[in-house]
Amino acid sequence: MGVPRFWREIPNRYNLIGTRCGTCNKIFFPPRYICPSCRRTGKLEPYKLGGKGKIVSYTVTYVAPNGFEDQAPYVMAIIELDEGPKLTAQVTDCSPGQVRIGDRVEMVFRRMGQEGEDGPIYYGYKFRLA
Amino acid sequence: MEVGIVGYGVYIPLYRIKVEEIAKVWGADAERIKRGLFLEEKSVPGPDEDTATIAVEAARNAVKRAGINPQDIGAIYVGSESHPYAVKPTATIVAEAIEATPDLTAADYEFACKAGTAGIQTCMGMVGAGMIKYGMAIGADTAQGAPGDPLEYTASAGGGAVIVGKDGSQCLAAIEDTYSYTTDTPDFWRREMRPYPKHGGRFTGKPAYFKHVLSAAHGLLRKLQLAPQDFTYAVFHQPNGKFPLQAGKELGFTKEQIMSGLLTPKIGNTYSGASMIGLAAILDQAKPGDRILVVSFGSGAGSDAFSILVRDGIEAKRDAAPMVADYINLKINVDYATYTKFRQLLVR
Ligand SMILES: [Zn+2]
Repeated sequence: MGVPRFWREIPNRYNLIGTRCGTCNKIFFPPRYICPSCRRTGKLEPYKLGGKGKIVSYTVTYVAPNGFEDQAPYVMAIIELDEGPKLTAQVTDCSPGQVRIGDRVEMVFRRMGQEGEDGPIYYGYKFRLA
Repeated sequence: MEVGIVGYGVYIPLYRIKVEEIAKVWGADAERIKRGLFLEEKSVPGPDEDTATIAVEAARNAVKRAGINPQDIGAIYVGSESHPYAVKPTATIVAEAIEATPDLTAADYEFACKAGTAGIQTCMGMVGAGMIKYGMAIGADTAQGAPGDPLEYTASAGGGAVIVGKDGSQCLAAIEDTYSYTTDTPDFWRREMRPYPKHGGRFTGKPAYFKHVLSAAHGLLRKLQLAPQDFTYAVFHQPNGKFPLQAGKELGFTKEQIMSGLLTPKIGNTYSGASMIGLAAILDQAKPGDRILVVSFGSGAGSDAFSILVRDGIEAKRDAAPMVADYINLKINVDYATYTKFRQLLVR
């Protein structure tokens, strides 16, 4: 991931800022800029999600990609936020055996990765069991 | 001074390592170390945590307690000796993560373990002068001692954040006054590009910690014409469990006044976080009218002393964010191998 792309996504990565359609009230995360139901009549505005939700499904990663080997095995989950949108995120501060579908989770601010020892450090949301 | 604390928050990582686990590796006598340092275990940051993530969690808790619009925060100072970047301020990451950007000033502070309280003083001055409405000071660290060094038993991770505003009905405590004592004392240092600090062994005690903590406390008491019995609580920087009790005793404080804010036995020395988390633990249980003495210490060396008077506002704000005890009680103990992997001491 390049620095400019990460920088553009800081509001949603740090603070779960999505968008809400003022016409049909649907909330989108990651943010959409055109409402798929209202199209041209949709009015999309930034909307901050509360960071609480539940696990809809999860998988355990044993063979991790470069840079994540030392965290394996770790849990990646599909999380349904209380406001409706679903997102994929790591469930941190837990061992794989602790996680169950339906568990309540809350957003935390963590290191997401870095581009080598002298590159930028990327921060963003993960979740932990609530 | 007419300034006070509008909100406070802390963060302590989930993981702990016991003295026994570390002593076992180096062939040391765990019981002797536990008695000598008055410490059972220390906090360990997870592999995806650093000073910035700890500072952000503490800052978010402080904003929750303050109940203010983060856009009204005009200054953020993050004090640490373990900033994730050598050049690129942690304060910018915190400011963005609490949505305080872009109308504010921000900077990182460095003064060993007292960089966070130095930030409180800057915020007091700026709020007092009317330059800003609110200022946030954070002390956070993921401290490391070299493997086998006595520091390895205590150097831990955690952070505390304080939001300073004008004294008034929305304050949970007034800051009555502050006094600092600073000298050039080479008791502990870390050179550029070096991973671990060096220290003067026993030299870190009498001419460093005790001289500065006692002088700062005496200076503040003299300035305010107060005596130890005028305070309900006292918190001193806590590099181990023993020093603060000894300092308190020499000043004339009782063990009861100190124990509520003494957290090193359970979480280790959180460096810049230590005196601020200690203050938070006291605010978690203090009553309106209670007076608190806070004395930080940073090697190099200096101490900042504060007199804090708890206001009625505390009752309404206390439960808005997790308390220190919540973080202390929620823990997972790890062994030395896991600890070295988490701290990137073991690299494949
Ligand atoms: Zn719509």
